[in-house]
Amino acid sequence: MKLNQNIPSPLSEAEISDIEAEISHLPDRKSAAIDALKIVQSYRGWISDASLGAIANLLQMSNEELDGIATFYNLIYRRPVGEKVILLCDSVTCWIMDGDKICQKIKSHLNVEQGETTADNKFTLLPVTCLGDCDHAPVMMVGDELHHDLTTTRVEEIFR
Amino acid sequence: MTLTPLTQNIHPDRGPTGIVEYEGNGGYLAVRDTLANLNPSEVLELIKEANLRGRGGAGFPTGMKWSFVPPDNHSGHRYLVANADEMEPGTFKDRLILEFDPHQLIEGMILSAYTISANIGYIFIRAEYHTAIRRLRQAIDEAKARHYLGTRILGSEFSFELHVHVSAGRYICGEETALLNSLEGKRATPRAKPPFPQVSGLWGRPTIVNNVETLCNIPHIVARGADWFKSLGKGVDAGTKLFGASGRVKHPGCWELPMGTSIREILEQHAGGMQDGYQFKGLLPGGASTDFLVSEHLDVAMEYESIMKAGSRMGTGTMIILDDRTCPVGMIANLEKFFARESCGFCTPCREGLPWVQQLLEGIEAGRGSVQDIEILERQSRFIGAIGNTHCAHAPGAIEPLVSGLKYFRDDFDAHIRNQRCHFKSGDA
Ligand SMILES: Cc1cc2nc3c(=O)[nH]c(=O)nc-3n(C[C@H](O)[C@H](O)[C@H](O)COP(=O)(O)O)c2cc1C
Ligand code: SF4
Ligand code: FES
Repeated sequence: MKLNQNIPSPLSEAEISDIEAEISHLPDRKSAAIDALKIVQSYRGWISDASLGAIANLLQMSNEELDGIATFYNLIYRRPVGEKVILLCDSVTCWIMDGDKICQKIKSHLNVEQGETTADNKFTLLPVTCLGDCDHAPVMMVGDELHHDLTTTRVEEIFR
Repeated sequence: MTLTPLTQNIHPDRGPTGIVEYEGNGGYLAVRDTLANLNPSEVLELIKEANLRGRGGAGFPTGMKWSFVPPDNHSGHRYLVANADEMEPGTFKDRLILEFDPHQLIEGMILSAYTISANIGYIFIRAEYHTAIRRLRQAIDEAKARHYLGTRILGSEFSFELHVHVSAGRYICGEETALLNSLEGKRATPRAKPPFPQVSGLWGRPTIVNNVETLCNIPHIVARGADWFKSLGKGVDAGTKLFGASGRVKHPGCWELPMGTSIREILEQHAGGMQDGYQFKGLLPGGASTDFLVSEHLDVAMEYESIMKAGSRMGTGTMIILDDRTCPVGMIANLEKFFARESCGFCTPCREGLPWVQQLLEGIEAGRGSVQDIEILERQSRFIGAIGNTHCAHAPGAIEPLVSGLKYFRDDFDAHIRNQRCHFKSGDA
């Protein structure tokens, strides 16, 4: 395949080979769009405009089309995030079980609002749909780790 | 014989069931037996005869759904997709199987793929299910090593490869045609039907999408027969179901029980009744997009037709309990905020109507509501909820808890508007 050689690719060899591996078992290059975004995000934490352009080039699609896909999905980050993302469930059972209090506690403890990153760049706080652990509500994920049966005291321990 | 086939290998305290233990309990025998002795149409008849209905929300008969797949003319790929997106608020059933008995899903997928002559399978799973993803991948490797997956499985003519596809978020991916677009790397906007996925699905090829729990029933039906499966249910519906309860009950959880178990039994015996100091006020029987039921419905059996007659839906079978100290207006506002956020934006009633509904509800809850707001809510419900006004079932589903909430909790709405405040907030509920 022919890449546009004029655009210097900011993608690493590892990223490119991971993306090509996905493409190899798909019917066309574009079908790897979401996988490619996730691969690059796993190396860099988020998708910058430069990364987006490089991926679009590699997949032979327009930046606009790829951005339309990237911005559709809430777990593709088009802005920088902290070292770990806090996904705090804001769905119905967690709400019934006083999830709002947990949210207030996290905000005041880490001094952030929803969508913001802490000053030390450690955490970004984002809302998420039901984490499928409603029998242990309220629930959140910090990075890959699930924390449930949350209380304000537990929040303090987790973010000590 | 076991009365709880789906959970027989699930022991959360012991971790996931590996392939040795799974085989030791009779696992993969159905695959061996089927590949050696049954042809696909015989399996299809068995599933039809068993009266298995989809466990993903809509309850469509599985055998009938599969029968719409055109005969295999060996012209290209055919796909089977397990829907492991599980993002319906209040739903926590598929995760149990995915984390603790991944081989059950794999075996179910092999048998289902054989029946519809699919050669490629995907498990579409939400990204937050890290543990499940890890365990599924390991189980797939184990199954490959034993030649339950791959080319010419166990020496038969049948080949099937299975991949895990990790999603990038958004509830709408659970809608089966949106899911297919997402698998193709696109925005997860639902597709127009027809053509139905059975005929033209993934990359235009015949495709079946089934819920995880649905697929997990297949090995048991194949191993033990349709009559056995039908005998598991208490009433007209066949088999067992993973039911759950969350909210202010004593022991929230998920249990495998006969189809047709009453709401009361689930609530009082399995969930242990309400927590001390809380009274039952209502429930959503099967996740966020089902209609509220109230005290008068407690003896309704959890089976498709009975719940329908009571005015709601089985949905995912995991109930969300509303207690007397939680504000129904606030609860419905939370639900509609979710539905508004998760609209894919394709059609106007859903994209524009749901945020309006959310705003009105939040206003009423905050003490800024007017009588006219209720009229707007009712009118919007008719626009948004009417089947056919929108491209997929997201919008009608979103309206179910609102319409039923206005019906059963109208006093609470009126009090908010009359007093211009929420009477649950200051402890005078
Ligand atoms: C907005 C929306 C979200 C859905 N989410 C899921 C889901 O997370 N898991 C699921 O199995 N089905 C979900 N469904 C239902 C699927 O569209 C489809 O009916 C189901 O996967 C079919 O499987 P079944 O026949 O085995 O039930 C959803 C439907 C809609 C309209
Ligand atoms: S009903 Fe809502 S979610 Fe479904 S297609 Fe229309 S806008 Fe998208
Ligand atoms: S509602 Fe929060 S985990 Fe389900």
